[in-house]
Amino acid sequence: MKIHEYQAKAILAKFGVPVPRGEVVFTKDEARAAAQRLGTRVVVVKAQIHAGGRGKGGGVKLAKSPDEAATLAGQILGMQLITHQTGPEGRLVRRLLVEEGLDIKRELYLGLLVDRSAGAAVFMARAAGGMEIEEVAKENPKAILRQTINSAVGLQPYQARNLAFGLDLAPEIVSAAVPFFQSLYRAFIETDASLLEINPCVVTGDGRLVALDAKMVLDDNALYRHPEFKELRDLDEETPLEVEASKFKLNYIKLDGTVGCMVNGAGLAMATMDIIKLAGGSPANFLDVGGGASEEQVKNAFHILLSDPNVKAVFINIFGGILRCDVLASGVVNAAKELKFKTPVVIRMEGTNVEKGQEILRDSGFGFTVAKGMKDGAEKAVALAGGAR
Amino acid sequence: MSVLVDKSTRVIVQGLTGREGSFHAQQMLDYGTKVVGGVTPGKGGTKHLGVPVFNTVADAADKTGANASVIFVPPPFAADAILEGADAGLPLVICITEGIPTLDMVRVAAVMKNSNTRLIGPNCPGIISPGKCKIGIMPGSIHKPGNVGVVSRSGTLTYEAVDQLTRLGIGQSTCIGIGGDPIVGTSFLDAIQLFNDDPDTHAIVMIGEIGGNAEEVAAQYVRKNVKKPVIGFIAGQTAPPGRRMGHAGAIVSGGQGTAADKYKAMRAAGIHTVQSPAEIGHTLAALVGRKVRAAAGSARAKSKGRISFKPASKRAAGSTAKRGKKKK
Repeated sequence: MKIHEYQAKAILAKFGVPVPRGEVVFTKDEARAAAQRLGTRVVVVKAQIHAGGRGKGGGVKLAKSPDEAATLAGQILGMQLITHQTGPEGRLVRRLLVEEGLDIKRELYLGLLVDRSAGAAVFMARAAGGMEIEEVAKENPKAILRQTINSAVGLQPYQARNLAFGLDLAPEIVSAAVPFFQSLYRAFIETDASLLEINPCVVTGDGRLVALDAKMVLDDNALYRHPEFKELRDLDEETPLEVEASKFKLNYIKLDGTVGCMVNGAGLAMATMDIIKLAGGSPANFLDVGGGASEEQVKNAFHILLSDPNVKAVFINIFGGILRCDVLASGVVNAAKELKFKTPVVIRMEGTNVEKGQEILRDSGFGFTVAKGMKDGAEKAVALAGGAR
Repeated sequence: MSVLVDKSTRVIVQGLTGREGSFHAQQMLDYGTKVVGGVTPGKGGTKHLGVPVFNTVADAADKTGANASVIFVPPPFAADAILEGADAGLPLVICITEGIPTLDMVRVAAVMKNSNTRLIGPNCPGIISPGKCKIGIMPGSIHKPGNVGVVSRSGTLTYEAVDQLTRLGIGQSTCIGIGGDPIVGTSFLDAIQLFNDDPDTHAIVMIGEIGGNAEEVAAQYVRKNVKKPVIGFIAGQTAPPGRRMGHAGAIVSGGQGTAADKYKAMRAAGIHTVQSPAEIGHTLAALVGRKVRAAAGSARAKSKGRISFKPASKRAAGSTAKRGKKKK
């Protein structure tokens, strides 16, 4: 689960990580009031959306007075902020963070994530912040300092010193960096984060280290032990159909093609998207109805797929194995009866009682197309969706 | 032969009395797997599906002589179940559970590094040596005993590939589902090493997906060490970056872990890559079919409707030996 910058900073502050003073606001007037309360010569007005590159897109501005903060807030609130991470349609800005301006002497990059091959958390740092770390990682991986952390003992002071001296920080700042880095690590672990990025972390004119930005992604699988994070989810930042699908516990990701896919299992669902592309079409979505593909889930999945106006044909690809195909077929027929749709449906299924299942589909009167295999199914679905593009 | 599990494998089921545990334990028993007991804390001393239930894995292992366990407990308790299985000294622990917090697995991984237990999974379908032993949730009926080793991060996509092989008369030595999570106990590299060392595995099918670099690491190994034919497929060629495609581990982040990169690494390693998931079986059949003709020469194929082929390792060894003799 992604959370906003201001929410991440509130969490970090609880763990003792220094962050700028600031307030989240939803209107111009709130922005003016917040700037007045902060009372600094300069305040920063920052758009809060779940995407990076906000500064370049015009979503981060400096204001020299509360009135200017209000004016800028008025401009940013309600804009479609376009960054390299939002796609060409951009993201509507609904909330802002108004923060004290700081005297920045240096910018650093700090990041924590799980290294999959090492099976351990790793702390990364780079002597220049602000820029895209992904780019740096690709072009000059040696510029990134790394400390792999033993989960039994956590980030050790010597590891924090390795990073701090590696960043070329002055000795007096190193002594502040050690507890700073350890607090970051504690925040990462205790919130069950999968990513924590401070980009940039700044050294101020008066020699303080401050987390100027914060990006935090929380592990969905661990949310059950953090009920307090439930309210941090911002449904406005998610695609409406994906929000709807999540209510049914369906794994659904909207794409921009015309062939709706309903598949059991994530790997097969990805492979089904791939084979639609190979057949000359384009998938409208990723959708995993779960290994079991129960009748109820099939109905829910149809509901979601058919809510996407781009879907011109549906391809159901179920490899049941233990699952009984007659049960699945009845589920599809019942969904068709209940939802009364006209979209052509191609069904490929394998598993116990597959002949009986195909018979139920053929006799249903709905004109379902029964496919012989994955390839056949994909080709038929692409043809029904208007052919190859 | 086969790898990791065979007729002598004795399995206990952690979470035997639960809905999933009961259903799949029965399926395993029906397949002929030696399920010798189960563990459900608080239900020790009872019987379920005709096998004894114990309170702890240590007790179950001690009383039943089990040498493997399979875990069907819910995500909040799964990390604990893995550690309990390892602490009981079981050589093999297979975790089916999906949805374990990643940082739980970070802690588990740290312990497993210094353990003699091999973990398969989590978030996996399990492992099967067709005709001998099935531990997990895969449908037994689609498998057929034979000489192809299959390793995959996926569940149903593996069934699809295995089904293609079986329909073409190509059997499998062992199929290992390594799981779709970011941190898993057994990697592609581990599985391919096992298959490479198994004289009865003659060809390997690896089915990867986007995210991480486990496929690339395994490809490096294949390039240097594997003479058996290897077929590779990667799911997620059309997946958008930055989105988690169902599996917790299936995500392209920061431009890393794309299908294109993995295909490139596999091709560079001499792995026969397949672009279409529908062509995995045919590609292997064509490959081993060609090798049958090349290796068998004028000799008639002796099998009854089964495609058989001479192990590439033996062939390679044979030709090396010949060359050696000539030199002498």
